[in-house]
Amino acid sequence: MRPVLIENARLIDPEGDRVFAASVLMEKGVIAEIAEGDGPAPEGLRDRAPAEARIDANGRFLAPGIVDIGVKVCEPGERHKESYKTAGAAAAAGGVTTMVTRPDTDPVIDTPEALEFIRRRAQEAAPVRVLPMAALTKGRAGSEMTEIGFLMDAGAVAFTDCDRVIRDTRVLGRAMTYARSLGALVIGHPQEPGLSAGAAATSGKFASLRGLPAVSPMAERMGLDRDIALIEMTGVRYHADQITTARALPALERAKANGFDVTAGTSMHHLTLNELDVADYRTFFKVKPPLRAEEDRQAVIEAVRSGLIDVISSMHTPQDEESKRLPFEEAASGAVGLETLLPVLLRLYHSGDLDLPTLFRALSLNPSRRLALETGRMARGAPADLMLFDADKPLILDRFKLRSKSKNTPFDNARLQGRVLATFVGGKQVFAA
Amino acid sequence: MRFDQRHLLGIEALRPDEITTLLDLADKYVTLNRSRNKRSGILSGLTQVNMFFENSTRTQASFELAGKRLGADVMSMAMAASSIKKGETLVDTALTLNAMHPDLLVVRHPNSGAVDLLSQKVNCAVINAGDGRHEHPTQALLDALTIRRAKGRLHRLTVAICGDIAHSRVARSNLLLLHKMENRVRLIGPPTLMPAGIEAFGVEVYHDMAEGLRDADVVMMLRLQKERMDGGFIPSEREYFYRYGLDAEKLALARDDAIVMHPGPMNRGVEIDGTIADDINRSVIQEQVEMGVAVRMAAMDLLSRNLRARPTEVMA
Repeated sequence: MRPVLIENARLIDPEGDRVFAASVLMEKGVIAEIAEGDGPAPEGLRDRAPAEARIDANGRFLAPGIVDIGVKVCEPGERHKESYKTAGAAAAAGGVTTMVTRPDTDPVIDTPEALEFIRRRAQEAAPVRVLPMAALTKGRAGSEMTEIGFLMDAGAVAFTDCDRVIRDTRVLGRAMTYARSLGALVIGHPQEPGLSAGAAATSGKFASLRGLPAVSPMAERMGLDRDIALIEMTGVRYHADQITTARALPALERAKANGFDVTAGTSMHHLTLNELDVADYRTFFKVKPPLRAEEDRQAVIEAVRSGLIDVISSMHTPQDEESKRLPFEEAASGAVGLETLLPVLLRLYHSGDLDLPTLFRALSLNPSRRLALETGRMARGAPADLMLFDADKPLILDRFKLRSKSKNTPFDNARLQGRVLATFVGGKQVFAA
Repeated sequence: MRFDQRHLLGIEALRPDEITTLLDLADKYVTLNRSRNKRSGILSGLTQVNMFFENSTRTQASFELAGKRLGADVMSMAMAASSIKKGETLVDTALTLNAMHPDLLVVRHPNSGAVDLLSQKVNCAVINAGDGRHEHPTQALLDALTIRRAKGRLHRLTVAICGDIAHSRVARSNLLLLHKMENRVRLIGPPTLMPAGIEAFGVEVYHDMAEGLRDADVVMMLRLQKERMDGGFIPSEREYFYRYGLDAEKLALARDDAIVMHPGPMNRGVEIDGTIADDINRSVIQEQVEMGVAVRMAAMDLLSRNLRARPTEVMA
């Protein structure tokens, strides 16, 4: 693979917490050199890349590629909603260089054989890195643990039953104990399932006005509290997939202060939308957990800023038109997000809520660290998984132009700012605007 | 006099003057309905289709009668037993029906928001006859007309709504309407049957019925659905009647001239004592049924005027 030189860029370094002018040489799949300073790269660096392999960034941002934990690719089972080919193209166009995929497919990814199948499919069809997660219990049924050891050998990077909460504490406790002995990461969905059953909205004035079955935000706190008690009991490495309410944050803070091996994520939708966006039963805004009150959104932004919440994910969940064109209660949950992740989150940058190093800590560095990956850093020797983007370019999103097979984004027709210009995976360009 | 709605999906979208317009017109239809010749031709040539995805006797009959008295061609479809059971989606059903060019569509559906969804897919005027726990606008309008005729006004009244507020679309529509018309609304019921965040609607919430009824001008009882009676939301039918059923003793706390309302069908001895329901000096439950037909006539009349004002597709 020939070297690539990106000149005259502004580098986002989430580790060093700074943004600086520099040129970057990618060679043999890694970041070979970083030369600080404005304008063209020094001659020594230019000599190492042929003229046609030099890219003038024109002062645009260069950041570590996004590592997106919790992407649903609907293979096997629902390829009409999304395949590795379409998800991969969407990821590349969105600056997502690693998709960490969910096992909640049909059938569930709960055996090494099933995992092997999707690894093969991913390798054939997706231009970005794909790291699969496996189910924690067989069939996500919450009764018997999966072959965690074999699955890890086959390449599973984490274990999760996704949005299906394991009700039986004994089953979860044993699975955690076993996972701990192998050093496996368990990802939980903090939610008290008795309270959240059948809910389509967050309880409060809006849900009452719309007459929608709703769940109290307290259900998230209760789910997290239970999981934290089990973490204390078992010592497992744990990541909460989405923390979306103010009420859950003190519990998370205490768990971290107690030194438990706990991290937490949140979704792009909970950071940028609130329950009122559902308006007249717009089903593209139905996600799981449901959108929250504005105070919750603000609290979650603050938690990302302070580092209490470690990771931001797209929670990319493709749904076809049929499953969304139903009465709100019956409509499927979830939204696509791979391609809109960056411009949507840049809203928080433009509003002054989050600076770019903080954003990329949550998007690239922290998820990489949590999964013990080398990516996510802007440093010599790190994998050359990079994205070049224009943070200001305005656009009106047209959902039918998305590369995902499913077009279920809540940001259709939204005014956004920010555009990915180029994406590199292991030094190879996989997307150019 | 203005009424600018294309559909009647809920009270939420109505302006106070639109409510008044509709009630004024409904008053005229009460007079018509009480005369020997009840026929008007105002909807003649128009087709009204009633689609009830949930069983209903009185509301469906009321809409049917209203349409017939105005001269519309009325067709009622019992959707609970039709193609929806064969897996057809609501939107497909709507599109199929739309191709038959109805002018007025009256819809009841068990899911909140389903009638909104359907209204986006058809060219005709849609009337919400109750969607899930969301709204039941014609019920609130007929209640308003009943109150206005009994009390001589529809403002500055204290209205107590009692019972299963959480699952009631009637309660939602009523409190929205009474609020828009500047009344004081009290909600009375056990906390398990109160929706979350209800205080934010600007209502007063009471769990003690005696307190809530004090000096009320209007006492509106809601039906308690059988499936909620057995231990899930309340301990038992008899404990509920003891604490939240309307009897003479509790009613005595309201104003002497307070009226008693119920959207029907009643569970005598569960939410309301039979003698109160039958007391012609207090109960206006029969009037509510009568006003129902008039209000639905008024609603269809107004919507059809807006329908005729819009350019229609050219017929070959």
